[in-house]
Amino acid sequence: MQQRPKFVNRLAQPIKSLAQRFAFMGLLMAAVGMMILGKVDVLLMDSIRAQVTDTVAPILDALSRPIDSVSKAVDHVRELADLRGENQRLRKNQARLLQWQTAARNLEAENKILKGLLNYVPGPEHSFITGRVIADTGGAFAHGLILNAGARDGVVKGQAAITGDGLIGRVSGVGDRSARILLITDLNSRIPVLVGSDRTRAILAGNNSDHPRLIHMASGETVLAGDRIITSGHGGAFPPGLPVGKVASVNDGGISVQPFVRRDRLEVVRLLNFELAEILPLPKPGADPKSNSKAGDHKGARARKP
Amino acid sequence: MTPGPWQRMDLLARQLMPLMLTLVLVIINVVPLHIPGFSRVAPLLPLMAIYHWAIFRPRLLPAYAVFLIGLFQDILTGAPIGVNAFVFLAVYGAVLSQKRFFIGKSFFILWLGFSLIAAAASVISWVLVSAFYVTLVEPRTVFFQYLLTLGVFPVVSWLFLRWQRAFLRLV
Repeated sequence: MQQRPKFVNRLAQPIKSLAQRFAFMGLLMAAVGMMILGKVDVLLMDSIRAQVTDTVAPILDALSRPIDSVSKAVDHVRELADLRGENQRLRKNQARLLQWQTAARNLEAENKILKGLLNYVPGPEHSFITGRVIADTGGAFAHGLILNAGARDGVVKGQAAITGDGLIGRVSGVGDRSARILLITDLNSRIPVLVGSDRTRAILAGNNSDHPRLIHMASGETVLAGDRIITSGHGGAFPPGLPVGKVASVNDGGISVQPFVRRDRLEVVRLLNFELAEILPLPKPGADPKSNSKAGDHKGARARKP
Repeated sequence: MTPGPWQRMDLLARQLMPLMLTLVLVIINVVPLHIPGFSRVAPLLPLMAIYHWAIFRPRLLPAYAVFLIGLFQDILTGAPIGVNAFVFLAVYGAVLSQKRFFIGKSFFILWLGFSLIAAAASVISWVLVSAFYVTLVEPRTVFFQYLLTLGVFPVVSWLFLRWQRAFLRLV
């Protein structure tokens, strides 16, 4: 470099810095362009996202395993410390649950008889796909997870993601070996729900905080803090009756909801293969009158899909 | 004396290190840690990396690399694609334009500079995401994320300095 004549340097330097500045501005514009493109062509961005996520999935999988074991070990130690107290709690719980079990058995028997009387057609059966959480993405602007199960395991966009505690979100993007879950707390999440024993219809809307809100409730309806919230199945997106959360508080600012599932505890997630019903052959024309007599929410779900 | 193939590969590996390290940080940032509430306010590790390399080794982390890192971050975290690419580039540009100011300054000044630049980055990304979704995104989480990022910066920066002294002394 130093042997070069000086005038070349004098000439090249400004041109070089000008070119660099142009390149820099060009990249900034490209970033803005990407944002606009993402607004216009959501599908393209989704497929790019799925492909990149797929590529990184094995790395994430490997990285998340040791951390899972460490967190499990910590949990074990914590459990050991509180063994006695927990035992007592569980005993009390069991006594209470046994009562509930009796009640549930009675109701089940009654339900069966009533369904028989009404000629009720049961909803579609669903199967499960289980995936491990390999990334907890988001930060301040998005709430999502990445699972290590993808299209080759039968994951389809739109499936409900649940744990033993309840609904956590839905599949928003699928790669070959990874899937992206949009949590119910995400800004873009909208889920039709039923609130309380009155089964008041509402939409559960995420707002990027830990407490999503209930919106679009029919006027005149009231909900109380502590009311249970379940999915309604309207729109056919989710199976009806999945537990979601309970009403945490009701005030002027809106109705805020405490989800049943705690995000930081998520390790394994089940995906409900509910859409299977749509793929399976539809009932023969002879069975049509029956499907009209479908009770409750399911009717709404079906009515939209020819 | 011309360097042999091994030496050239070694040099290339060293030159690619800042980019690779930053990409690894993007990945580490999304690994689930199972700490209550942490994932929402997880510190922005890639931002620190870009700030650091823009000051110390801008030649090894050119603008297009910063752009790629930003896109990767957007894709992985589920943010609107382009937001972090824009923010990271803005940070990179801001640092480069003030590079003379940072060179040879104490660590405290570096930290102070980072606090200003990270604040600007948080505000820009908040505005961009809010504009993208046409709604006001919860600003509190962004603020806490900023605080945590600021708190973690000394640790990450110290690691980078050690790394730099160990591997990039001559690059």
